[in-house]
Amino acid sequence: MGVYFSIILGMVLVNNYPLAQFLGICPFLGVSKKLDSSLGMGIAVIFVMVMATAATWPIMRLLDSWNIAYLQTVVFILVIAALVQFVEMVLKKFVPALHKALGVYLPLITTNCAVLGVCINNIDLGYNYPQALVNAFGAGVGFLLAMIIFSGMRQKLENNDKVPKPFQGVPITMTTAALLSLAFMGFGGLV
Amino acid sequence: MENKTSRLQILTKGIIKENPNLVLLLGTCPTLATTSSAFNGMGMGIAASFVLICSNIVISLLAKLIPDKVRIPCYIVVIAGFVTLVQFIVQAYAVPLYNSLGVFLPLIVVNCIILGRAEMFANKNGVIDSALDGIGMGLGFTLALTVMGAIRELIGNGTLLSGFFLGDEALQESLTIHIPFINEHPMLIIALAPGGFFVYAAIIAFVNWLINRKGGTPRDFACGGCALASMCTQEKCVAELGEIEIPAPKAMAQKAEAPKMTEEEKAAKIAAAKAAKAAKEAAAASAATAEARSDNPDPVLAAAENALARKKAAEAAEAAGEKKGDEE
Repeated sequence: MGVYFSIILGMVLVNNYPLAQFLGICPFLGVSKKLDSSLGMGIAVIFVMVMATAATWPIMRLLDSWNIAYLQTVVFILVIAALVQFVEMVLKKFVPALHKALGVYLPLITTNCAVLGVCINNIDLGYNYPQALVNAFGAGVGFLLAMIIFSGMRQKLENNDKVPKPFQGVPITMTTAALLSLAFMGFGGLV
Repeated sequence: MENKTSRLQILTKGIIKENPNLVLLLGTCPTLATTSSAFNGMGMGIAASFVLICSNIVISLLAKLIPDKVRIPCYIVVIAGFVTLVQFIVQAYAVPLYNSLGVFLPLIVVNCIILGRAEMFANKNGVIDSALDGIGMGLGFTLALTVMGAIRELIGNGTLLSGFFLGDEALQESLTIHIPFINEHPMLIIALAPGGFFVYAAIIAFVNWLINRKGGTPRDFACGGCALASMCTQEKCVAELGEIEIPAPKAMAQKAEAPKMTEEEKAAKIAAAKAAKAAKEAAAASAATAEARSDNPDPVLAAAENALARKKAAEAAEAAGEKKGDEE
């Protein structure tokens, strides 16, 4: 139990995916302008990460047992892309309300560093199946937390008109992300 | 002659004018993560350039053979094949680079630059053009990564050219340049995570200043940067989505192909819908009147509620009748 708690705490606060490990920056900076889209994107990321780990961890064991571990990259990315496509179709047919709320973000997450990153990290860190699932869940929750906080900061930034001309747009967003990342560094010694 | 000029343009536009890192704002994850030193940045840039050039060539060769619906998975397979190749080459010949790049080496497969160039350029142009485009974009990417890595290394570590020459420790130590003051008191934060964001922001601000001076407009993180932009089902960018209803692409195509109704037909359709609605309201109102039996135990209050309900139903029926009269 303690192991799972430390994994989640580590993933959410210490090794936060967008702020400390630089995984999933594109959706983090692109979608976090408004709070509800951040929320939707964060929940979609948790969903996809857990599902992708659930599928790719056993497949990696299979690849290992057949001695073709070098196919890891190819197989992982294909499995993730196919899985997300499949889930989007299933959601559209059976839970249309959920599809309307989250389905928009699913293609954006497919070819994204965050999901492939968490799958590869699980293998590299040598987790077993439950630990890998908890790790993926923690990574998603960390992503959600970072996005919600960041969207609040960005909304404040929109009302500010004193930003110098070269810094308007992307650079001031990046600087804000730098400050948030600095704040999250304070959790460094936690785990 | 014109063909040759445009080929030169294809080659050079990726280096300065449409630099993938700094102007097109693609591939931000490796830019931030692998630039802790100039050597890491350059190594990452070279690895990604190799994959970009090779995948551009192969995809432009296979462009006519791949069916349109499955093109993204096909491109991903091609790119992943080359990334696996690069992974093994780096692991065999440059172990320190392999250790410092970590998980970002296999993540080249989802790098927006590679998939984006394949999607927007390689599947429409010939082999030589695609190769030149790959070379140009790769050079621009490597250049930007090396410069950013050099800045972060200089301020955050106080050294230049550390780890540049793949040799043993003694050789590297003798060739690293230590800047006197900064080496003893480095600004460590620049070499860590927040520094990546901040140095990238500063460089983009400088590039934006240059762009503004030349009269252009700097880009923002939007759909143009996403590799899947052309197969997207969204009319507006995800970042600006609010309460917009997104039709599926098949429905959009069907709508476009459906015979356009004339104005009168449209008006008749609207009128018919309104009449049906009015009829439904009248029926509901009469049903309410019939069942006006409230379940309040107190008889006086119950009678009052019944009277109110009947009055409301009568009003609704009147309104519905009026609307129907309007239509006719």
